[in-house]
Amino acid sequence: MSALDAFRTALRAIVANRLRSALTSLGLVIGVSSVIVLIAVGQGTQRGVTDRIRGLGTDLVFVEPSAEATTSQTGSLAGLAQSTLVQSDATAIAVNGIPGVAAVAAQVAVDAQAVAGPENVGVGIVATSSAYAEVRDLEIRSGSFLTAVHDEDRALVAVLGARVSETLYPGLDPVGQEVRLSFVGGRITLAFTVVGVLEEQGGASEANDQVFIPLSGVANRLRVLFTPTGDLRVTQIDIQTESGADEERVKEDVGNLLLFLHDTPEPDFVIQSQDDLISAATEVSNTLSILLGSIAGISLLVGGIGVMNIMLVSVTERTREIGIRRAVGATAGDIVKQFVTEALTLSLFGGVVGIALGIGGSLALDGRELGGQAMTTLIQPQSIAAAFLVAAVVGFASGSYPAYRATTLDPIAALRNE
Amino acid sequence: MIRLRDITRVYATGETAVHALSGVSLDIGRGEFVAIRGQSGSGKSTLMNIIGLLDRPSSGEYALGGRDVARLSEDARARLRGGAFGFVFQSYNLLPRMTALEQVELPLIYQGTPDRRRRAAEALVRVGLHDRIAHRPTELSGGEQQRVAIARSLVVDPLVLLADEPTGALDTATGRDLMTLLTGLVEQQGLTVVLVTHEAEVAAYARRAVRMRDGRVVKDSDAPVAAGSAR
Repeated sequence: MSALDAFRTALRAIVANRLRSALTSLGLVIGVSSVIVLIAVGQGTQRGVTDRIRGLGTDLVFVEPSAEATTSQTGSLAGLAQSTLVQSDATAIAVNGIPGVAAVAAQVAVDAQAVAGPENVGVGIVATSSAYAEVRDLEIRSGSFLTAVHDEDRALVAVLGARVSETLYPGLDPVGQEVRLSFVGGRITLAFTVVGVLEEQGGASEANDQVFIPLSGVANRLRVLFTPTGDLRVTQIDIQTESGADEERVKEDVGNLLLFLHDTPEPDFVIQSQDDLISAATEVSNTLSILLGSIAGISLLVGGIGVMNIMLVSVTERTREIGIRRAVGATAGDIVKQFVTEALTLSLFGGVVGIALGIGGSLALDGRELGGQAMTTLIQPQSIAAAFLVAAVVGFASGSYPAYRATTLDPIAALRNE
Repeated sequence: MIRLRDITRVYATGETAVHALSGVSLDIGRGEFVAIRGQSGSGKSTLMNIIGLLDRPSSGEYALGGRDVARLSEDARARLRGGAFGFVFQSYNLLPRMTALEQVELPLIYQGTPDRRRRAAEALVRVGLHDRIAHRPTELSGGEQQRVAIARSLVVDPLVLLADEPTGALDTATGRDLMTLLTGLVEQQGLTVVLVTHEAEVAAYARRAVRMRDGRVVKDSDAPVAAGSAR
């Protein structure tokens, strides 16, 4: 029996039982497509997170208070009161001549409500210095970023993120306008003059939803920022290293300096480079990918068992057909070929439809909002290949055993079977 | 052409052994029309299955056209079966959902014969079904279905056509037509037919009658060699 004849015979049997064949393949279709979609979602999420971390700037090292020092109240002024970092730490890092340090910017991050005319929006306030734009590679669309003069004058000026500007001043250039920022649930409200608007930042950068003000300007108005010794508490210090600098070395030097300044044996701060953040995030999303992939893998396995089940039933049902074929000259090998071809055709059909659905589904999900977050999907050629391979193996395996059972049938008994 | 010597077939069912055939010797020549008669359980169907290589004798010798076929491998028997024998069963044994033409093509697929469609169509013409080529079993009468089965066995130009109660499921008139067809194939085209039946009327179409009882040949109307006596 030639391969073509075996394929024709298989196709005939599949078409003869259209509904059953479709239902059998459905298990594999669902399995294969969910493997592709879920892995694409997992990998897309990973890409999204790493893009966001890269979007923070280049060659960055972040210093933050250690986990014990901060409570869960990130963004609130109460949380800020427990910060172990102060502005003079940043100054010390900048002026101590640590090799590889290019620029340093301290920041206080708090949540606030921005109001302009009838519009208002929740924003993240970044109270920092003029060095921040350089550290974070921020680009200005209109006006300017905070300047050294603003720092010096303790000016009440603000630079708006692209989305904040679009919400508060739709279609307008807000430079020169007044924006009011209210902190601490509205107990403190200050008026700022808009001096610049940022270019829309790529990816899911949080800079689009932030407002940047001089730390020196708000310090006097927000008493909570002051330490007993008159220093200013900050929530984060960003260090841009010279390109090609040894970031590990910079981290160590900065760490030693801060240990000395804080006069503690154990660090009350955490120093992380962008690479540290990326590898931590990658680890999380890899776990996520594996989890999603395993769930999909289980459904693929169930689909495979479905094919095997149907093929076994099919052999039992077609005992007489097998007997007739044996009587007209089919060898045991011919019968095996027929059933394996049938199972393979069913499985590969399911595999191909599943791949098409998986790719379609991944593309359809790409960029969709899910729980307020834009989803990124990244279709992995390996997952397509793996899913297809699994479908083929399932087809082969689920055809082989029933086919073997078919050959053990005594042709005479098979013929008598009604 | 067919030469059976001292063929036995023992089925082991649990603890007791059933002797379906206990020492059958038989010679069938080319162009013969032989009816094997006997009660049910006489071993006639077992004998037919052994002749048609569907079954294997427990002991004894079987030569087909001078070739020892008693000890062939499973695959070799399957190939030889498909090429040398055509089977016609009481219950037609057609595959559901296939057209008459496809049913008849089936043995050719396993033989790897070229030009299958034309040969299958010719076989259907030979049994008078030229206008039923695209019909499926459910669209055919019992007699027509049995003719499709005969066409299916003729298509490989078999050495022997083996028919097991071919008229068993047909009414008398249709049964007669079918036997006339078989007789015609023997007389005009030199086909060899071995017919298994318990009906005297059907057996009467054959030129030679072999009667079996309890796994032995008890009477052979035309015994060319020492039939009935072992060795």
